[in-house]
Amino acid sequence: MHGRPRKDPRPKDDAAKAAHLRELQAQLLHNHRNRTYTKEALASCSKLLEINPEVYTAWNYRKLALQHNLDGVDDPDALKSAIEDELRVVEIALRTNPKSYAAWYHRKWVLGRRLMPVEFEREFRLLDLLLKADQRNFHGWNYRRFVAKLKNVPEEEELKFTKKMIDTNFSNYSAWHNRSALLSHLLKKKSQGFDSKKNTLTEEYELVHDALFTDQSDQSGWFYHLWLLDQTVCLDDPQLISSWPTHKSDLILSKSNKIDGFQLFPSSNSRSFSLLHTGTFPIILYFNKAVKNIDSSTVTVSSVFVTNEDLNWRPLSTNNSGEACYWVTFVTVPEENCSSSTSYPVEVCLDRYKDIVSSDVSDCKNPSKFTFTVTFRSHSLELTSKESVEQNVVWNYVDICNPQESPCLMSFDQLSINEDHAEEGFKWNLQTLSNEIELFREFDDEDSKFVKRTLARLLVAHDLMVPNGSHNHVKTHSGEVLTLYDDLMKLDPSHKRYYEDEQSVVLMDQLTSDKDSLTKHCWQFDEPTSSSFHRQYCLRLNELSLTRIGSVKNILWVQMLDLSHNKLRSVEGLEALQLLACLNLGNNQISSFTALEPLKLLSSLRVLDVSFNMIGAHAIDTTRYLCSSPLSHTLDAKQLNVGYEKENTEVHDHWEVTSLFRALRLTQLDIKGNAVLNEKFSVLAIELLPSLKWLDGIRVR
Amino acid sequence: MGGLEEEKHARYIVSVEKKKDDFESLVIEHLRMNGAYWGLTTLDLLNKIGAIDADAVVSWVMECQDKDCGGFAGNLGHDPHLLYTISAVQVLALLDRLDVLDIEKVSDYVAGLQNEDGSFSGDMWGEIDTRFSYCAICCLSLLGRLSKINVEKAVNYIVSCKNLDGGFGSIPGGESHAGQIFCCVGALAITGSLHHVDRDLLGWWLCERQCKDGGLNGRPEKLADVCYSWWVLSSLIMIDRVHWIDKEKLTRFILNCQDKDNGGISDRPDNAVDVFHTYFGVAGLSLMEYPGLKTIDPAYALPVDVVNRIFFTK
Repeated sequence: MHGRPRKDPRPKDDAAKAAHLRELQAQLLHNHRNRTYTKEALASCSKLLEINPEVYTAWNYRKLALQHNLDGVDDPDALKSAIEDELRVVEIALRTNPKSYAAWYHRKWVLGRRLMPVEFEREFRLLDLLLKADQRNFHGWNYRRFVAKLKNVPEEEELKFTKKMIDTNFSNYSAWHNRSALLSHLLKKKSQGFDSKKNTLTEEYELVHDALFTDQSDQSGWFYHLWLLDQTVCLDDPQLISSWPTHKSDLILSKSNKIDGFQLFPSSNSRSFSLLHTGTFPIILYFNKAVKNIDSSTVTVSSVFVTNEDLNWRPLSTNNSGEACYWVTFVTVPEENCSSSTSYPVEVCLDRYKDIVSSDVSDCKNPSKFTFTVTFRSHSLELTSKESVEQNVVWNYVDICNPQESPCLMSFDQLSINEDHAEEGFKWNLQTLSNEIELFREFDDEDSKFVKRTLARLLVAHDLMVPNGSHNHVKTHSGEVLTLYDDLMKLDPSHKRYYEDEQSVVLMDQLTSDKDSLTKHCWQFDEPTSSSFHRQYCLRLNELSLTRIGSVKNILWVQMLDLSHNKLRSVEGLEALQLLACLNLGNNQISSFTALEPLKLLSSLRVLDVSFNMIGAHAIDTTRYLCSSPLSHTLDAKQLNVGYEKENTEVHDHWEVTSLFRALRLTQLDIKGNAVLNEKFSVLAIELLPSLKWLDGIRVR
Repeated sequence: MGGLEEEKHARYIVSVEKKKDDFESLVIEHLRMNGAYWGLTTLDLLNKIGAIDADAVVSWVMECQDKDCGGFAGNLGHDPHLLYTISAVQVLALLDRLDVLDIEKVSDYVAGLQNEDGSFSGDMWGEIDTRFSYCAICCLSLLGRLSKINVEKAVNYIVSCKNLDGGFGSIPGGESHAGQIFCCVGALAITGSLHHVDRDLLGWWLCERQCKDGGLNGRPEKLADVCYSWWVLSSLIMIDRVHWIDKEKLTRFILNCQDKDNGGISDRPDNAVDVFHTYFGVAGLSLMEYPGLKTIDPAYALPVDVVNRIFFTK
């Protein structure tokens, strides 16, 4: 089926060949049906398999024949002869097609029966022959692993074999792959000679440099280098990095019945916030890796007014893995009995930290903790809105944020929770990255996309390793990285959108990691007479060509976020913003409701603008399997039907919007400018969102 | 250069269905069940499924079922195997004739092939491969009987085949290959387990499959081949990274692989055509929203209207 020219120059003796093949196939099926396992029958089968090794039934027939003919036989010569026949048939078949699954499996099956001791020399000879003819034949490599295991060849030996193959020819992805798998395993087991990860990695870097300098265009070395880089930056143990409320902050809580959700105001004092709430306030934890087992037994929240056992922790992820980098709990604020003007300390402590694990089964090693204080005010703040009726939110702005009043001032004065672990542990890693960076900067005079891309990754990795807020190192590389991605878009236009995504992440990080930059992007809302969002600050990240959202760890305090006029096709990452009430995604490239799945986790979200996107414009839904649905057994189809019996409407025409809107409590939705919008849709939206008051600027309730 | 020769491809497929006696057809006789799936799905994507006799197809499919174990063979007289059981179920789903099946019997056959470690054997002889994990999971899901297997173990086995480059192999330690990646990603998608995939890492590996000629290969340093337009593309779509390849270039590559005179699509321009590559070429174009084609589902590899009918109606 592969690699045959269309105008075949070969002579047409097709009829004779066809007749012969037909005869052999008919004989096989006949003998198989009648369970005839004579020498003649087997010989006919061998001839068939020589011509067409893919006839799987013929291999099954041979297995039955072997079982039948050797039943009760223990004469070693007879056994040897029978097995010899089978192995030879396989070898002949592999000459016809060295990639025949059925042929390889037959050999494995025969040897696996252990009727005779395996002649390992013969097996390795066969493999050498086949791998020499095609060093990328993965059947051969799989079989080699099988034989090596059978013979109990130590992994160090096999590692030497990969080196031999690589030395013969650097362009051997299969050999590099095998090498990385073996090394991983040896390092994990801490086998003798592999107990120092640093030493092993250093040697591997030297090996891969040889490959890269010999032939830059060969991909194998670059993928291996990417793996080494991953090993160098990967922090084995999960750690608590930051939180909201932040460490050492003061929260002034006031309850209000006039609002829906939270309202956060900066205070004159640079360390405190005022939070208007309706009965609870969130505590958000951020880990550097996705973890599970965060619950009231592994995390203890201690304070006079908190009953730890009542706290429910929730992972902020859109999948059902039970793991997330961000976790949230909502603490109930007591009705009475707490005196105003007393500050109550709250301590959040990961005491049973060993039970907190990430998916690679490494556990938390440090009993992190942080504290903040809470003060209660019994009356609500100067709230200008007297009515409880919300006005239509229009995304207009008045003033840029007064740096003194910036709600984000907090995050940078806050010390990273585990700063003492920061420096020492990563000395070798940072040094290695610096060395690699220097090396690749020298390399970068040619227009190699691989060099530029690797350099960009190294710089990003280096910045990530430098702890936030640390005094000795500053993030200097963002600018260089952004320029590299600009170069890459010109050099490798086919992958332009990959580089745009990478660039977005770096840009967002750059904008949100710098106090001054963040302050520049905070704007005060234009104030209609009685907006309940008066004096709210909105974080505006417009017209930055953002295609995806990077890390939100520095903006967990955000209540209003304007991401309009970008190129966003995904909103992954927003799910951690538990205080977010108003979100503007207008004029982006969101192409389906399923892409908005992360919004389901935003319990505070009330105002959403997705106008002028591409919802309904595409037949293919690229997030169809990244959301809850009956297709992936993560949502019961019946749930979609509940309470929703509209005539002339098929559920499957609207399941995406039904699933999304049912999980949101919006009071305002802007959706004009999307292909999906029509009158029927508007009616449906209003029905699915019982709290909705405004739809595209028009009052609906 | 021109567009897709829909009429010619439809006629080609219908003609292949009838051709059984020449050497090339005999060589693939044992996988006729796969051929039926490829041909019929292509016809449906081309909105021409009416061209075949559905009853005759259903009859023949059922004749290929092993009356004892319930599995389906590749053709009459051959042995049952997962590879052909999934195709049989897919064909029946396509023709909306799943009602002819004894669903318990077929699903028991499939579920019975799961091993202790969560992997699946292709048949009673025990060959293990993640291709079979996909066949089993896709098949049982279409039949609504996924609960008959240990899904957690099945997922864990697939995850054990994940490699350090983000891709997946046929067995633990096996090199990443686009075909295996499709099977693993598809199986993880159907079981709601895509969080086990490092989508950025795998997405990069997959988008690097695009060669200078615009086509996609199956792994590094190999030639482009139309069939990877499916394996790579559907994987990219399931993990929402398809925007990382150049779709226009890929479209042109696929269209260049057509035999514009006789119909059919080949693995590379100017090579011999076959149903396998015709299906993957058309399916790939469907995934890129080529005008005039029905939309195909990337995980179940069946038209979206067929899949939606199965999962949302009741």
